[in-house]
Amino acid sequence: MALSLVNAPARVARGQAFEIRASVAHVMESGQRADNEGRLLARNIVRRLECRYAGEMVFAADLFPAIAANPYLAFHAVAVASGPITVRWVGDNGFEHSASVDIEVT
Amino acid sequence: MTARRTILAACLGTLLLRPAVATPERLRAALATFTGGAPLREGRVTLDIAPLVENGNVVPVHISVTSPMTPADHVRRIALFTSRNPQPEVLVMHLGPRSGRAEVSTRMRLATSQQVLAVAELSDGTFWRQGIDVIVTLAACVEG
Repeated sequence: MALSLVNAPARVARGQAFEIRASVAHVMESGQRADNEGRLLARNIVRRLECRYAGEMVFAADLFPAIAANPYLAFHAVAVASGPITVRWVGDNGFEHSASVDIEVT
Repeated sequence: MTARRTILAACLGTLLLRPAVATPERLRAALATFTGGAPLREGRVTLDIAPLVENGNVVPVHISVTSPMTPADHVRRIALFTSRNPQPEVLVMHLGPRSGRAEVSTRMRLATSQQVLAVAELSDGTFWRQGIDVIVTLAACVEG
């Protein structure tokens, strides 16, 4: 499976709001759980999502350990121009991953 | 006897405190940090979450805020909080007029039965909230 996925409709009328769905494969280790020997497992989470489209950040989110493993977020954007929609995830231990999808605005 | 009972109570206390639980004070502090002390009003925010959750590890949440999402009148931020997870903060989202619609979904963890709170900050500086009590049968964090 791809490390991260971005999903948006292929074609949208100009000025319409459309849904963008993004997910990333990540354990989201909360820092609250212990291993079999009772040692606390170090926190390892995705902390931030940024979505850029047509030269602007249209949506961003700060994630905390209470977000489920393999974070999923769905949000909206207004169709202004054809081109790529890029979602970037940033997390603990230098985690960084981007994925994009192309949209055609009619 | 009393001493033994005190020690036992203390041990039980530490046992119960792991994993840590966000206290009402910590939730209040997190809300105050988010709002900057501004009053929270009921309304405009619709939090959609099942009132009875079987698996606290993956709980679908949907939030929508009534707003025209124009440059003059839009939602700036939407945040999710919990009353009894180890940390009160769950998610802080940043929106703008280019978001078009103030409607978001995600999947969260619930450590125990508690209240889930959605708070929205509008461009006029007002804050709106909705809280929903959720019962959890299989908790996250411990089993997860």
